[in-house]
Amino acid sequence: MKTFFTLLGREVKSYFYSPIAYVVLFYFLLLIGHAFYYGVSILNRGPTEITVVEAFFNTVFFWFPFVLIFPLITMRTYSEEFRMGTFEPLTTAPVTDWQVVLAKYFGAVTFYIILWAPTFSYFAIFQLVTRHLAAYANGAYFGSYLLLLLVGMFYISIGCVASALTSDQINAAVISFSAITVCFFAGLLSFVMMVTDPTLKNLNSYISTVEHMADFSRGLIDSRPIVWYLSMTVLMLMINFQVFQYRKWKS
Amino acid sequence: MDPRDTDRALKVPTVASMIKVENLTKRFAGFTAIKNLNFEVAKGEVVGFLGPNGAGKTTTMRILTGYMPATSGSAWIAGFDVFGQSLEARKRIGYLPENTPLYHDMRVNEYLRYRASLKGVEHRRLKERVSDVIELCALKEKERAIIGTLSKGQRQRVGLADALVHDPDLLILDEPTIGLDPNQIRSVRELIKNLANKRTVLISTHILPEVEIMCSRVIVIHQGEIRASDTAENLLKNHRAAGNLRLEAKINGAAARDSLLALPGVKDVTEEMDGDISIFNLRLEANADPAEEVMSLAVRNHWRVREMTRRRATLEDVFVELTHADA
Repeated sequence: MKTFFTLLGREVKSYFYSPIAYVVLFYFLLLIGHAFYYGVSILNRGPTEITVVEAFFNTVFFWFPFVLIFPLITMRTYSEEFRMGTFEPLTTAPVTDWQVVLAKYFGAVTFYIILWAPTFSYFAIFQLVTRHLAAYANGAYFGSYLLLLLVGMFYISIGCVASALTSDQINAAVISFSAITVCFFAGLLSFVMMVTDPTLKNLNSYISTVEHMADFSRGLIDSRPIVWYLSMTVLMLMINFQVFQYRKWKS
Repeated sequence: MDPRDTDRALKVPTVASMIKVENLTKRFAGFTAIKNLNFEVAKGEVVGFLGPNGAGKTTTMRILTGYMPATSGSAWIAGFDVFGQSLEARKRIGYLPENTPLYHDMRVNEYLRYRASLKGVEHRRLKERVSDVIELCALKEKERAIIGTLSKGQRQRVGLADALVHDPDLLILDEPTIGLDPNQIRSVRELIKNLANKRTVLISTHILPEVEIMCSRVIVIHQGEIRASDTAENLLKNHRAAGNLRLEAKINGAAARDSLLALPGVKDVTEEMDGDISIFNLRLEANADPAEEVMSLAVRNHWRVREMTRRRATLEDVFVELTHADA
């Protein structure tokens, strides 16, 4: 356990050793800040039933930077170790393969949480300035951020697999970006293709991140997406472990 | 499956040996890096692992450190199977990989602290161990420097400090002096010599004086096979390149070569001409010194000797003989 936390500590810190963390944080918060502004401006158009939380988490401007950040967070995790050769001292230290795989994964998840933490203040500032509630109940916050975490966990696990596949960061970024984009837009298929068959529509909404968010940001916490994202994450981590061992054994 | 593997579990390794390797083979797609290696390194020995580039030194070391599995055969570190009890084996090894890969964006002391903790140094001893190895590897001034800004020699010392930080019984160093300037080589060598006191060291290199200075035993490996394993002295003594004698003289009479060949201790004689001077190269047997006999032969036959030189075999001769493509 101590070994795991040592590894995890380095993974989290490694984001801040390079300027990447600050660049990502800056642009991410800039774009998300704009998405928040846009969300609030919707409310200005006239009387509406949706809350600020709902408006924020369901705009196009929100989803756009959202999909972009995962390749940036995960592209270095393994690729950099392969490229620099540090994979060798890492794996010849007395650590198990699972410890490394999980530490790298949760390191990325931790950075992802750090990335989102400042956005809490948006709602606090909104309430302070407008003296209006940002959501009707706390469940809306809880639901929105829970789903953010779940989706993030899944997409980060995809990114980790992509990074473990190659020793080139750009390659890793392209692979994970493509895979994540496919996953994300698969959820919009029934909407784009105007599917009317109810079975297909239900099937599609089972994996549709956008539809999940519409529910969760109203505080409607559904267990099906939770199961979906968690099981996909576990699957991806298993694949990650296999790829890791393959890289190690083939080297 | 290799038939040798079936009784792997039954073999009881002797604890006295720090490294024990049995029938170790590693095949990569298309070629065999090492073939049926067998060797043992006792506790406290400093062994030089010698061989030309691509001989299989790094592959052997990577198998011993648990970085890659062997195709067949077994290896033990301090009695622990490197495949079956990998973690226990790895805990006892301080490994400096080839080219010293390090995290370039960390600070020296930060990196060593991380590595020490990773290798299981207790929390309360972390500070002490890290400052000990920083002292030992002369990194005090660079303690707070970012590793990426260090010179190659300094990085090498950081790598060594990393290998030492958990106070391992066994040090495995893969070409620790490659790419350094002569001063740096000297300081790294000095350092390794000091470290050797209490520890077992396996050090790979193709720089020969290094071996003579540091190692109590040499294992010569070539094309994945062990060609020799002995002390540097014994290698020199026993090897056929034990030495030679060069005689330049103006001779009269044809049978000079035969009479030289007839002398005791002379294995072979070659003759070349330089104008009217004959140049003989005498290959000698181990420990033979027929200089006197050659001299008196020359006097008896009225050869006019221009020069006679005795050349002792160096480790380099032995190395070349052992690892020459057609040896």
